[in-house]
Amino acid sequence: MSSNPNENILTGERFGAAAKKTNNILGDRIFRVVLTACGALILIIVAAMIAVMTQSSWLSIQKFGFGFLTGQTWDPIKGEFGALPFIYGTIVSAVLALLIATPISVGVAIFLVEQAPKSLARPMAFLVELLAAIPSVVYGLWAIFVLAPLLRVYVQPFLQQTLGFLPFFKGTANGIGMMSGGIILAIMITPIITAVVRDVLEAVPVTQREAALALGATRWETTKIVLANANSGIAGAIVLGLGRAIGETMAITMIIGNRPEISASLFDPGYTIASVIANEFTEATGELYLSALIEMGLILFLVTFIVNGLAKLLILSVSRQTAQSQ
Amino acid sequence: MTTLTAACAFGVIAVLIFVLGYIAFQGISSLSWQFLVQTPKPVGEGGGIGNAIVGSLILLGLASCVGIPLGIIIGTYLAEMGDGWFGTIVRFVADTMIGIPSIVFGVFVYAVVVLQQGYFSTLAGALSLALIMIPIVTRTTEEMVRLVPKSMREGALALGAPQWRVTKDIVIPAAMTGIATGAMLAVARVLGETAPLLFTAFGSRFYNIYLDEPMASMTVQIYNYAISPFEEWHAKAWAATLVLVTLILFINIIVRFLTRRKY
Repeated sequence: MSSNPNENILTGERFGAAAKKTNNILGDRIFRVVLTACGALILIIVAAMIAVMTQSSWLSIQKFGFGFLTGQTWDPIKGEFGALPFIYGTIVSAVLALLIATPISVGVAIFLVEQAPKSLARPMAFLVELLAAIPSVVYGLWAIFVLAPLLRVYVQPFLQQTLGFLPFFKGTANGIGMMSGGIILAIMITPIITAVVRDVLEAVPVTQREAALALGATRWETTKIVLANANSGIAGAIVLGLGRAIGETMAITMIIGNRPEISASLFDPGYTIASVIANEFTEATGELYLSALIEMGLILFLVTFIVNGLAKLLILSVSRQTAQSQ
Repeated sequence: MTTLTAACAFGVIAVLIFVLGYIAFQGISSLSWQFLVQTPKPVGEGGGIGNAIVGSLILLGLASCVGIPLGIIIGTYLAEMGDGWFGTIVRFVADTMIGIPSIVFGVFVYAVVVLQQGYFSTLAGALSLALIMIPIVTRTTEEMVRLVPKSMREGALALGAPQWRVTKDIVIPAAMTGIATGAMLAVARVLGETAPLLFTAFGSRFYNIYLDEPMASMTVQIYNYAISPFEEWHAKAWAATLVLVTLILFINIIVRFLTRRKY
Protein backbone atom coordinates (compact mmCIF):
# COMPACT_ATOMS: atom_id res chain seq x y z
CA MET A 1 0.00 0.00 0.00
CA SER A 2 2.77 2.35 0.94
CA SER A 3 5.05 1.00 -1.85
CA ASN A 4 3.23 2.94 -4.51
CA PRO A 5 1.39 5.75 -2.84
CA ASN A 6 0.69 7.74 -5.97
CA GLU A 7 -1.21 5.02 -7.71
CA ASN A 8 -3.10 4.18 -4.59
CA ILE A 9 -4.13 7.74 -4.04
CA LEU A 10 -5.11 8.05 -7.66
CA THR A 11 -7.22 4.91 -7.74
CA GLY A 12 -8.62 5.71 -4.36
CA GLU A 13 -9.52 9.12 -5.65
CA ARG A 14 -11.09 7.78 -8.76
CA PHE A 15 -13.19 5.25 -6.95
CA GLY A 16 -14.15 7.73 -4.33
CA ALA A 17 -15.20 10.32 -6.87
CA ALA A 18 -17.34 7.85 -8.78
CA ALA A 19 -19.05 6.68 -5.62
CA LYS A 20 -19.51 10.27 -4.55
CA LYS A 21 -20.98 11.21 -7.88
CA THR A 22 -23.72 8.57 -7.75
CA ASN A 23 -24.30 9.58 -4.14
CA ASN A 24 -24.64 13.18 -5.17
CA ILE A 25 -27.10 12.43 -7.93
CA LEU A 26 -29.10 10.32 -5.52
CA GLY A 27 -28.80 13.00 -2.84
CA ASP A 28 -29.95 15.69 -5.22
CA ARG A 29 -32.89 13.58 -6.30
CA ILE A 30 -33.97 12.89 -2.72
CA PHE A 31 -33.46 16.56 -1.88
CA ARG A 32 -35.63 17.67 -4.77
CA VAL A 33 -38.38 15.17 -3.94
CA VAL A 34 -38.47 16.14 -0.25
CA LEU A 35 -38.60 19.88 -0.99
CA THR A 36 -41.23 19.49 -3.69
CA ALA A 37 -43.31 17.34 -1.34
CA CYS A 38 -43.17 20.06 1.30
CA GLY A 39 -44.22 22.59 -1.33
CA ALA A 40 -47.13 20.36 -2.23
CA LEU A 41 -48.09 20.38 1.44
CA ILE A 42 -49.38 23.97 1.04
CA LEU A 43 -51.74 22.80 -1.71
CA ILE A 44 -52.79 19.81 0.39
CA ILE A 45 -53.58 22.05 3.38
CA VAL A 46 -55.75 24.38 1.30
CA ALA A 47 -57.50 21.47 -0.41
CA ALA A 48 -58.07 19.81 2.96
CA MET A 49 -59.54 23.02 4.35
CA ILE A 50 -62.06 23.23 1.52
CA ALA A 51 -62.92 19.54 1.75
CA VAL A 52 -63.27 19.39 5.53
CA MET A 53 -65.31 22.57 5.83
CA THR A 54 -67.59 21.55 2.97
CA GLN A 55 -68.15 18.17 4.57
CA SER A 56 -68.76 19.62 8.04
CA SER A 57 -71.25 22.14 6.72
CA TRP A 58 -73.00 19.69 4.40
CA LEU A 59 -76.05 19.49 6.66
CA SER A 60 -76.62 23.22 6.37
CA ILE A 61 -75.74 23.35 2.65
CA GLN A 62 -78.25 20.61 1.91
CA LYS A 63 -81.01 22.10 3.98
CA PHE A 64 -80.76 25.74 2.91
CA GLY A 65 -78.93 25.64 -0.42
CA PHE A 66 -78.39 29.06 -1.92
CA GLY A 67 -81.20 30.38 0.27
CA PHE A 68 -78.57 30.46 3.02
CA LEU A 69 -77.04 33.53 1.39
CA THR A 70 -80.34 35.42 1.09
CA GLY A 71 -82.10 34.29 4.27
CA GLN A 72 -82.66 37.12 6.74
CA THR A 73 -83.50 35.20 9.88
CA TRP A 74 -80.87 33.81 12.19
CA ASP A 75 -82.75 31.84 14.78
CA PRO A 76 -80.83 28.99 16.41
CA ILE A 77 -83.83 27.96 18.50
CA LYS A 78 -86.12 27.40 15.55
CA GLY A 79 -83.24 26.08 13.49
CA GLU A 80 -83.50 28.76 10.81
CA PHE A 81 -80.26 30.12 9.46
CA GLY A 82 -79.84 32.89 6.91
CA ALA A 83 -76.58 34.70 6.35
CA LEU A 84 -77.77 37.91 4.71
CA PRO A 85 -77.52 40.22 7.77
CA PHE A 86 -73.95 39.02 8.32
CA ILE A 87 -73.00 39.38 4.67
CA TYR A 88 -74.50 42.87 4.72
CA GLY A 89 -72.61 43.81 7.89
CA THR A 90 -69.35 42.44 6.51
CA ILE A 91 -69.67 44.33 3.22
CA VAL A 92 -70.80 47.63 4.74
CA SER A 93 -68.11 47.69 7.44
CA ALA A 94 -65.41 46.72 4.92
CA VAL A 95 -66.50 49.32 2.36
CA LEU A 96 -66.67 51.98 5.05
CA ALA A 97 -63.15 51.04 6.13
CA LEU A 98 -61.90 51.26 2.54
CA LEU A 99 -63.53 54.65 1.99
CA ILE A 100 -61.64 56.00 4.98
CA ALA A 101 -58.37 54.10 4.60
CA THR A 102 -57.75 54.33 0.85
CA PRO A 103 -57.21 58.10 0.45
CA ILE A 104 -55.21 58.25 3.66
CA SER A 105 -53.02 55.28 2.74
CA VAL A 106 -52.32 56.59 -0.75
CA GLY A 107 -51.51 59.97 0.77
CA VAL A 108 -49.10 58.41 3.26
CA ALA A 109 -47.44 56.34 0.52
CA ILE A 110 -47.03 59.37 -1.77
CA PHE A 111 -45.53 61.34 1.07
CA LEU A 112 -43.10 58.58 2.02
CA VAL A 113 -41.97 57.71 -1.52
CA GLU A 114 -42.23 60.96 -3.46
CA GLN A 115 -41.94 63.82 -1.04
CA ALA A 116 -40.32 63.11 2.32
CA PRO A 117 -36.53 63.15 2.61
CA LYS A 118 -35.05 59.65 2.98
CA SER A 119 -33.90 60.27 6.54
CA LEU A 120 -37.48 61.05 7.56
CA ALA A 121 -39.24 58.53 5.30
CA ARG A 122 -37.50 55.43 6.68
CA PRO A 123 -38.40 55.77 10.37
CA MET A 124 -41.86 57.00 9.45
CA ALA A 125 -42.48 53.99 7.24
CA PHE A 126 -41.44 51.76 10.12
CA LEU A 127 -43.86 53.49 12.49
CA VAL A 128 -46.73 53.10 10.02
CA GLU A 129 -45.87 49.41 9.70
CA LEU A 130 -45.93 49.06 13.48
CA LEU A 131 -49.67 49.79 13.33
CA ALA A 132 -50.04 46.43 11.59
CA ALA A 133 -48.14 44.68 14.38
CA ILE A 134 -50.68 45.61 17.07
CA PRO A 135 -53.01 42.62 17.64
CA SER A 136 -56.64 42.76 16.68
CA VAL A 137 -57.86 42.14 20.23
CA VAL A 138 -55.90 45.19 21.38
CA TYR A 139 -57.60 47.37 18.78
CA GLY A 140 -60.89 45.98 20.02
CA LEU A 141 -60.10 46.92 23.61
CA TRP A 142 -59.04 50.41 22.53
CA ALA A 143 -62.18 50.78 20.40
CA ILE A 144 -64.49 49.86 23.29
CA PHE A 145 -62.96 52.24 25.79
CA VAL A 146 -61.60 55.10 23.66
CA LEU A 147 -63.08 55.19 20.18
CA ALA A 148 -66.71 54.39 21.07
CA PRO A 149 -66.99 57.08 23.79
CA LEU A 150 -65.31 59.62 21.49
CA LEU A 151 -67.82 58.88 18.74
CA ARG A 152 -70.76 58.86 21.12
CA VAL A 153 -69.95 62.16 22.75
CA TYR A 154 -68.47 64.24 19.95
CA VAL A 155 -68.64 62.83 16.43
CA GLN A 156 -72.05 61.21 16.19
CA PRO A 157 -74.10 64.07 17.73
CA PHE A 158 -72.28 66.45 15.38
CA LEU A 159 -73.09 64.29 12.35
CA GLN A 160 -76.69 64.03 13.45
CA GLN A 161 -77.01 67.80 13.73
CA THR A 162 -75.42 68.60 10.40
CA LEU A 163 -76.27 65.60 8.20
CA GLY A 164 -79.09 64.07 10.23
CA PHE A 165 -81.49 64.12 7.26
CA LEU A 166 -79.48 61.30 5.61
CA PRO A 167 -80.59 57.77 6.47
CA PHE A 168 -77.00 56.88 7.43
CA PHE A 169 -77.00 59.14 10.46
CA LYS A 170 -80.37 58.35 12.04
CA GLY A 171 -81.04 56.49 15.25
CA THR A 172 -79.42 56.60 18.66
CA ALA A 173 -75.80 57.57 18.82
CA ASN A 174 -74.34 55.07 21.24
CA GLY A 175 -70.84 54.65 19.89
CA ILE A 176 -71.06 50.90 19.41
CA GLY A 177 -72.10 50.05 15.86
CA MET A 178 -71.29 49.90 12.20
CA MET A 179 -69.52 53.26 12.16
CA SER A 180 -67.08 52.41 14.96
CA GLY A 181 -66.48 49.06 13.28
CA GLY A 182 -65.65 50.73 9.98
CA ILE A 183 -63.27 53.20 11.62
CA ILE A 184 -61.35 50.58 13.60
CA LEU A 185 -61.06 48.44 10.46
CA ALA A 186 -59.78 51.50 8.59
CA ILE A 187 -57.00 51.98 11.16
CA MET A 188 -56.08 48.30 10.88
CA ILE A 189 -55.90 48.12 7.08
CA THR A 190 -54.18 51.48 6.54
CA PRO A 191 -50.66 50.07 7.14
CA ILE A 192 -51.37 47.16 4.80
CA ILE A 193 -52.59 49.32 1.91
CA THR A 194 -49.79 51.83 2.54
CA ALA A 195 -47.10 49.16 2.39
CA VAL A 196 -48.29 47.81 -0.96
CA VAL A 197 -48.80 51.25 -2.53
CA ARG A 198 -45.29 52.18 -1.38
CA ASP A 199 -43.84 49.10 -3.08
CA VAL A 200 -45.81 49.82 -6.23
CA LEU A 201 -44.72 53.47 -6.36
CA GLU A 202 -41.11 52.48 -5.77
CA ALA A 203 -41.38 50.04 -8.68
CA VAL A 204 -42.17 52.88 -11.09
CA PRO A 205 -38.85 53.67 -12.82
CA VAL A 206 -37.05 56.87 -11.84
CA THR A 207 -36.74 57.72 -15.54
CA GLN A 208 -40.49 58.34 -15.64
CA ARG A 209 -40.16 61.01 -12.99
CA GLU A 210 -37.09 62.52 -14.62
CA ALA A 211 -38.82 62.67 -17.99
CA ALA A 212 -41.85 64.42 -16.54
CA LEU A 213 -39.72 66.91 -14.63
CA ALA A 214 -37.57 67.56 -17.72
CA LEU A 215 -40.72 68.39 -19.68
CA GLY A 216 -41.46 71.09 -17.15
CA ALA A 217 -44.03 69.30 -15.00
CA THR A 218 -44.36 70.42 -11.41
CA ARG A 219 -43.65 67.93 -8.64
CA TRP A 220 -47.35 67.30 -8.12
CA GLU A 221 -47.93 66.75 -11.85
CA THR A 222 -45.03 64.32 -11.83
CA THR A 223 -46.60 62.47 -8.92
CA LYS A 224 -49.85 62.25 -10.86
CA ILE A 225 -48.02 60.64 -13.78
CA VAL A 226 -46.37 58.17 -11.40
CA LEU A 227 -49.78 57.38 -9.88
CA ALA A 228 -51.30 56.81 -13.33
CA ASN A 229 -48.52 54.33 -14.01
CA ALA A 230 -49.10 52.49 -10.77
CA ASN A 231 -52.88 52.35 -11.25
CA SER A 232 -53.53 48.63 -11.20
CA GLY A 233 -51.05 48.15 -8.37
CA ILE A 234 -52.94 50.62 -6.23
CA ALA A 235 -56.15 48.81 -7.15
CA GLY A 236 -54.44 45.62 -5.99
CA ALA A 237 -53.51 47.26 -2.70
CA ILE A 238 -57.12 48.32 -2.16
CA VAL A 239 -58.42 44.84 -2.93
CA LEU A 240 -55.86 43.40 -0.50
CA GLY A 241 -57.14 45.82 2.14
CA LEU A 242 -60.68 44.68 1.35
CA GLY A 243 -59.65 41.07 1.96
CA ARG A 244 -58.19 42.00 5.35
CA ALA A 245 -61.25 44.04 6.31
CA ILE A 246 -63.59 41.18 5.41
CA GLY A 247 -61.69 38.68 7.53
CA GLU A 248 -60.89 40.88 10.51
CA THR A 249 -62.46 39.30 13.54
CA MET A 250 -61.66 40.30 17.10
CA ALA A 251 -61.69 44.10 16.94
CA ILE A 252 -64.91 44.25 14.99
CA THR A 253 -66.59 41.63 17.16
CA MET A 254 -65.90 43.78 20.19
CA ILE A 255 -67.21 47.01 18.70
CA ILE A 256 -69.87 46.39 16.05
CA GLY A 257 -72.66 45.53 18.47
CA ASN A 258 -73.37 41.99 17.25
CA ARG A 259 -77.01 42.27 16.25
CA PRO A 260 -78.06 40.46 13.06
CA GLU A 261 -80.16 43.25 11.60
CA ILE A 262 -80.01 45.13 8.34
CA SER A 263 -80.21 48.85 8.97
CA ALA A 264 -79.22 51.78 6.77
CA SER A 265 -78.02 53.79 9.75
CA LEU A 266 -74.30 53.58 10.50
CA PHE A 267 -75.07 54.27 14.16
CA ASP A 268 -76.96 51.00 14.53
CA PRO A 269 -75.29 47.78 15.58
CA GLY A 270 -74.51 45.19 12.93
CA TYR A 271 -72.87 41.78 12.72
CA THR A 272 -70.22 40.31 10.45
CA ILE A 273 -69.53 36.77 9.26
CA ALA A 274 -66.28 36.55 11.21
CA SER A 275 -67.93 37.94 14.36
CA VAL A 276 -70.76 35.45 14.38
CA ILE A 277 -68.26 32.61 14.14
CA ALA A 278 -66.18 34.04 16.99
CA ASN A 279 -69.20 34.67 19.19
CA GLU A 280 -71.38 31.66 18.70
CA PHE A 281 -69.05 28.81 17.77
CA THR A 282 -68.44 27.52 21.27
CA GLU A 283 -72.10 27.92 22.17
CA ALA A 284 -73.47 26.20 19.09
CA THR A 285 -75.71 23.42 20.25
CA GLY A 286 -77.09 21.03 17.69
CA GLU A 287 -75.51 19.80 14.50
CA LEU A 288 -77.41 22.13 12.18
CA TYR A 289 -76.34 25.22 14.14
CA LEU A 290 -72.70 24.13 14.07
CA SER A 291 -72.79 23.25 10.40
CA ALA A 292 -74.37 26.62 9.57
CA LEU A 293 -71.50 28.33 11.40
CA ILE A 294 -68.92 26.19 9.60
CA GLU A 295 -70.61 27.13 6.32
CA MET A 296 -70.04 30.77 7.33
CA GLY A 297 -66.37 29.89 7.75
CA LEU A 298 -66.33 28.26 4.32
CA ILE A 299 -67.90 31.35 2.73
CA LEU A 300 -65.33 33.55 4.46
CA PHE A 301 -62.55 31.27 3.25
CA LEU A 302 -63.68 31.23 -0.37
CA VAL A 303 -64.39 34.97 -0.53
CA THR A 304 -61.05 35.99 1.00
CA PHE A 305 -59.21 33.44 -1.12
CA ILE A 306 -60.68 34.91 -4.31
CA VAL A 307 -60.22 38.51 -3.18
CA ASN A 308 -56.59 37.91 -2.20
CA GLY A 309 -55.88 36.04 -5.41
CA LEU A 310 -57.27 38.97 -7.39
CA ALA A 311 -55.17 41.44 -5.38
CA LYS A 312 -52.07 39.37 -6.00
CA LEU A 313 -52.69 39.28 -9.76
CA LEU A 314 -53.23 43.05 -9.89
CA ILE A 315 -50.04 43.75 -7.95
CA LEU A 316 -48.08 41.25 -10.06
CA SER A 317 -49.22 42.93 -13.27
CA VAL A 318 -47.53 46.16 -12.19
CA SER A 319 -44.20 44.60 -11.26
CA ARG A 320 -44.21 42.70 -14.57
CA GLN A 321 -45.04 45.82 -16.53
CA THR A 322 -42.24 47.81 -14.93
CA ALA A 323 -39.85 44.90 -15.28
CA GLN A 324 -40.51 44.91 -19.03
CA SER A 325 -40.12 48.63 -19.43
CA GLN A 326 -36.78 48.64 -17.64
CA MET B 1 -50.55 68.92 -1.90
CA THR B 2 -47.45 68.07 0.10
CA THR B 3 -49.16 69.49 3.17
CA LEU B 4 -52.09 67.13 2.65
CA THR B 5 -50.01 64.00 2.20
CA ALA B 6 -47.78 65.00 5.11
CA ALA B 7 -50.91 65.45 7.22
CA CYS B 8 -51.96 61.90 6.27
CA ALA B 9 -48.58 60.48 7.25
CA PHE B 10 -48.26 62.36 10.52
CA GLY B 11 -51.95 61.69 11.29
CA VAL B 12 -51.47 57.93 10.98
CA ILE B 13 -48.40 58.07 13.21
CA ALA B 14 -50.36 60.19 15.69
CA VAL B 15 -52.97 57.40 15.87
CA LEU B 16 -50.19 54.90 16.60
CA ILE B 17 -48.80 57.08 19.37
CA PHE B 18 -52.29 57.67 20.76
CA VAL B 19 -53.07 53.94 20.87
CA LEU B 20 -49.70 52.95 22.36
CA GLY B 21 -49.66 55.86 24.78
CA TYR B 22 -53.14 55.05 26.01
CA ILE B 23 -52.18 51.40 26.56
CA ALA B 24 -49.09 52.42 28.54
CA PHE B 25 -51.05 54.98 30.55
CA GLN B 26 -53.89 52.60 31.42
CA GLY B 27 -51.83 49.46 31.80
CA ILE B 28 -49.03 50.63 34.03
CA SER B 29 -51.28 51.29 37.03
CA SER B 30 -52.45 47.69 37.47
CA LEU B 31 -49.19 46.07 36.54
CA SER B 32 -47.49 44.32 39.44
CA TRP B 33 -45.45 41.22 40.16
CA GLN B 34 -48.55 39.43 41.48
CA PHE B 35 -50.39 40.23 38.29
CA LEU B 36 -47.67 38.54 36.26
CA VAL B 37 -47.60 35.30 38.24
CA GLN B 38 -51.11 34.72 39.63
CA THR B 39 -53.97 32.91 37.93
CA PRO B 40 -57.27 34.70 37.19
CA LYS B 41 -59.58 35.02 40.19
CA PRO B 42 -63.18 36.11 40.70
CA VAL B 43 -63.90 39.84 40.70
CA GLY B 44 -62.62 41.63 43.79
CA GLU B 45 -59.95 39.08 44.64
CA GLY B 46 -57.14 40.26 42.40
CA GLY B 47 -55.60 37.63 40.23
CA GLY B 48 -53.42 37.89 37.17
CA ILE B 49 -52.26 36.43 33.92
CA GLY B 50 -49.45 34.11 35.01
CA ASN B 51 -51.04 31.02 33.51
CA ALA B 52 -51.92 32.95 30.36
CA ILE B 53 -48.30 34.01 29.83
CA VAL B 54 -47.12 30.43 30.25
CA GLY B 55 -49.94 29.21 28.01
CA SER B 56 -49.09 31.67 25.26
CA LEU B 57 -45.45 30.60 25.39
CA ILE B 58 -46.32 26.90 25.21
CA LEU B 59 -48.73 27.44 22.31
CA LEU B 60 -46.16 29.58 20.54
CA GLY B 61 -43.35 27.09 21.13
CA LEU B 62 -45.36 24.16 19.77
CA ALA B 63 -46.60 26.15 16.78
CA SER B 64 -43.06 27.33 16.00
CA CYS B 65 -41.72 23.75 16.07
CA VAL B 66 -44.07 22.88 13.22
CA GLY B 67 -44.56 26.15 11.40
CA ILE B 68 -41.03 27.53 11.19
CA PRO B 69 -39.18 24.47 9.80
CA LEU B 70 -41.94 23.75 7.29
CA GLY B 71 -42.07 27.39 6.24
CA ILE B 72 -38.29 27.48 5.78
CA ILE B 73 -38.29 24.28 3.69
CA ILE B 74 -41.16 25.46 1.47
CA GLY B 75 -39.61 28.91 1.09
CA THR B 76 -36.28 27.32 0.13
CA TYR B 77 -38.07 25.11 -2.38
CA LEU B 78 -39.73 28.16 -3.96
CA ALA B 79 -36.48 30.11 -4.14
CA GLU B 80 -34.20 27.30 -5.35
CA MET B 81 -36.39 25.22 -7.64
CA GLY B 82 -39.76 26.92 -7.69
CA ASP B 83 -39.63 28.63 -11.07
CA GLY B 84 -41.62 25.96 -12.90
CA TRP B 85 -45.40 25.78 -13.16
CA PHE B 86 -45.75 23.78 -9.95
CA GLY B 87 -43.66 26.24 -7.96
CA THR B 88 -45.70 29.11 -9.37
CA ILE B 89 -48.92 27.49 -8.17
CA VAL B 90 -47.45 26.77 -4.73
CA ARG B 91 -46.20 30.36 -4.45
CA PHE B 92 -49.56 31.78 -5.48
CA VAL B 93 -51.50 29.61 -3.04
CA ALA B 94 -49.05 30.35 -0.20
CA ASP B 95 -49.34 34.09 -0.83
CA THR B 96 -53.11 33.88 -0.93
CA MET B 97 -53.10 31.80 2.26
CA ILE B 98 -51.45 34.71 4.12
CA GLY B 99 -54.63 36.72 3.60
CA ILE B 100 -57.03 34.05 4.81
CA PRO B 101 -58.64 35.21 8.07
CA SER B 102 -57.10 33.50 11.08
CA ILE B 103 -60.52 32.51 12.38
CA VAL B 104 -60.97 30.24 9.35
CA PHE B 105 -57.93 28.21 10.44
CA GLY B 106 -59.62 27.94 13.83
CA VAL B 107 -62.80 26.60 12.22
CA PHE B 108 -60.77 24.12 10.19
CA VAL B 109 -58.82 22.82 13.17
CA TYR B 110 -62.03 22.65 15.19
CA ALA B 111 -63.62 20.44 12.52
CA VAL B 112 -60.52 18.25 12.13
CA VAL B 113 -59.24 17.93 15.70
CA VAL B 114 -61.63 19.22 18.35
CA LEU B 115 -64.78 17.72 16.87
CA GLN B 116 -63.11 14.31 16.45
CA GLN B 117 -61.53 14.27 19.91
CA GLY B 118 -64.46 15.82 21.70
CA TYR B 119 -62.48 18.31 23.77
CA PHE B 120 -60.56 21.58 23.40
CA SER B 121 -56.81 21.12 23.59
CA THR B 122 -53.46 22.86 23.52
CA LEU B 123 -52.43 20.78 20.52
CA ALA B 124 -55.42 22.01 18.52
CA GLY B 125 -54.57 25.62 19.38
CA ALA B 126 -50.92 25.16 18.45
CA LEU B 127 -51.89 23.51 15.17
CA SER B 128 -54.09 26.43 14.14
CA LEU B 129 -51.25 28.86 14.95
CA ALA B 130 -48.77 26.71 13.01
CA LEU B 131 -51.01 26.82 9.93
CA ILE B 132 -50.98 30.62 10.14
CA MET B 133 -47.19 30.68 10.48
CA ILE B 134 -46.31 28.43 7.54
CA PRO B 135 -47.17 30.81 4.65
CA ILE B 136 -45.65 33.83 6.45
CA VAL B 137 -42.32 32.08 7.06
CA THR B 138 -42.47 30.67 3.51
CA ARG B 139 -42.68 34.09 1.95
CA THR B 140 -39.91 35.76 3.99
CA THR B 141 -37.64 32.73 3.54
CA GLU B 142 -38.11 32.78 -0.21
CA GLU B 143 -37.28 36.48 -0.36
CA MET B 144 -34.19 36.06 1.78
CA VAL B 145 -32.87 32.98 -0.03
CA ARG B 146 -33.28 34.77 -3.37
CA LEU B 147 -31.12 37.60 -2.05
CA VAL B 148 -28.12 35.25 -1.75
CA PRO B 149 -25.86 36.10 -4.74
CA LYS B 150 -25.74 33.61 -7.62
CA SER B 151 -21.94 33.71 -7.57
CA MET B 152 -21.92 31.96 -4.19
CA ARG B 153 -23.97 29.08 -5.56
CA GLU B 154 -21.85 28.88 -8.68
CA GLY B 155 -18.66 28.96 -6.65
CA ALA B 156 -19.79 26.05 -4.51
CA LEU B 157 -21.03 24.07 -7.50
CA ALA B 158 -17.75 24.67 -9.32
CA LEU B 159 -15.89 23.19 -6.34
CA GLY B 160 -17.85 20.00 -6.94
CA ALA B 161 -20.48 20.29 -4.25
CA PRO B 162 -23.83 18.70 -5.09
CA GLN B 163 -26.93 20.88 -5.28
CA TRP B 164 -28.32 19.75 -1.92
CA ARG B 165 -25.09 20.59 -0.12
CA VAL B 166 -24.90 23.97 -1.82
CA THR B 167 -28.38 24.78 -0.58
CA LYS B 168 -27.92 23.32 2.90
CA ASP B 169 -24.37 24.46 3.68
CA ILE B 170 -23.91 27.62 1.62
CA VAL B 171 -27.21 29.27 0.68
CA ILE B 172 -29.24 28.72 3.85
CA PRO B 173 -26.46 29.80 6.24
CA ALA B 174 -25.89 32.92 4.11
CA ALA B 175 -29.59 33.80 4.33
CA MET B 176 -29.93 32.74 7.97
CA THR B 177 -30.23 36.19 9.55
CA GLY B 178 -33.00 37.10 7.14
CA ILE B 179 -34.78 33.80 7.63
CA ALA B 180 -34.54 34.14 11.41
CA THR B 181 -35.99 37.64 11.37
CA GLY B 182 -38.84 36.44 9.15
CA ALA B 183 -39.52 33.65 11.64
CA MET B 184 -39.50 36.17 14.47
CA LEU B 185 -42.05 38.30 12.67
CA ALA B 186 -44.26 35.24 12.26
CA VAL B 187 -43.91 34.55 15.98
CA ALA B 188 -44.89 38.15 16.79
CA ARG B 189 -47.88 37.84 14.50
CA VAL B 190 -49.30 34.66 16.06
CA LEU B 191 -48.49 35.88 19.56
CA GLY B 192 -51.27 38.42 18.98
CA GLU B 193 -53.76 35.96 17.49
CA THR B 194 -57.00 35.48 19.38
CA ALA B 195 -59.68 34.31 17.00
CA PRO B 196 -58.33 30.83 16.14
CA LEU B 197 -57.66 30.08 19.81
CA LEU B 198 -61.23 30.79 20.95
CA PHE B 199 -62.45 27.35 19.97
CA THR B 200 -59.25 25.34 19.77
CA ALA B 201 -57.15 26.04 22.89
CA PHE B 202 -60.24 27.66 24.41
CA GLY B 203 -58.74 29.11 27.59
CA SER B 204 -58.23 27.98 31.13
CA ARG B 205 -58.13 29.45 34.60
CA PHE B 206 -55.28 27.30 35.85
CA TYR B 207 -51.62 26.68 35.23
CA ASN B 208 -51.50 23.81 32.80
CA ILE B 209 -48.80 21.88 30.99
CA TYR B 210 -50.90 19.05 29.53
CA LEU B 211 -51.25 19.21 25.80
CA ASP B 212 -54.62 17.48 25.66
CA GLU B 213 -56.30 20.00 27.92
CA PRO B 214 -57.57 23.52 27.27
CA MET B 215 -54.85 26.15 27.53
CA ALA B 216 -54.97 29.80 28.55
CA SER B 217 -53.42 32.47 26.38
CA MET B 218 -52.81 36.18 26.88
CA THR B 219 -54.99 37.25 23.98
CA VAL B 220 -58.03 35.19 24.97
CA GLN B 221 -57.58 36.37 28.55
CA ILE B 222 -57.55 40.00 27.37
CA TYR B 223 -60.70 39.36 25.37
CA ASN B 224 -62.49 37.80 28.33
CA TYR B 225 -61.44 40.62 30.64
CA ALA B 226 -62.37 43.29 28.08
CA ILE B 227 -65.93 42.12 27.38
CA SER B 228 -66.72 41.61 31.07
CA PRO B 229 -68.90 44.22 32.78
CA PHE B 230 -66.42 44.81 35.64
CA GLU B 231 -64.21 47.88 35.98
CA GLU B 232 -61.57 45.88 37.80
CA TRP B 233 -61.32 43.38 34.98
CA HIS B 234 -61.09 46.17 32.41
CA ALA B 235 -58.02 47.45 34.27
CA LYS B 236 -56.58 43.93 34.07
CA ALA B 237 -57.27 43.85 30.33
CA TRP B 238 -55.21 47.02 29.91
CA ALA B 239 -52.35 45.68 32.01
CA ALA B 240 -52.29 42.39 30.09
CA THR B 241 -52.41 44.35 26.84
CA LEU B 242 -49.40 46.37 27.95
CA VAL B 243 -47.45 43.15 28.52
CA LEU B 244 -48.53 41.67 25.17
CA VAL B 245 -47.91 44.78 23.10
CA THR B 246 -44.53 45.35 24.74
CA LEU B 247 -43.46 41.83 23.78
CA ILE B 248 -44.70 42.21 20.21
CA LEU B 249 -43.18 45.63 19.65
CA PHE B 250 -39.92 44.42 21.21
CA ILE B 251 -39.71 41.61 18.63
CA ASN B 252 -40.56 44.01 15.79
CA ILE B 253 -37.91 46.50 16.84
CA ILE B 254 -35.24 43.80 17.17
CA VAL B 255 -36.11 42.58 13.68
CA ARG B 256 -35.85 46.11 12.37
CA PHE B 257 -32.47 46.53 14.01
CA LEU B 258 -31.16 43.24 12.60
CA THR B 259 -32.36 43.85 9.05
CA ARG B 260 -31.31 47.50 8.83
CA ARG B 261 -27.61 46.73 8.63
CA LYS B 262 -27.76 43.88 6.15
CA TYR B 263 -30.33 44.83 3.52
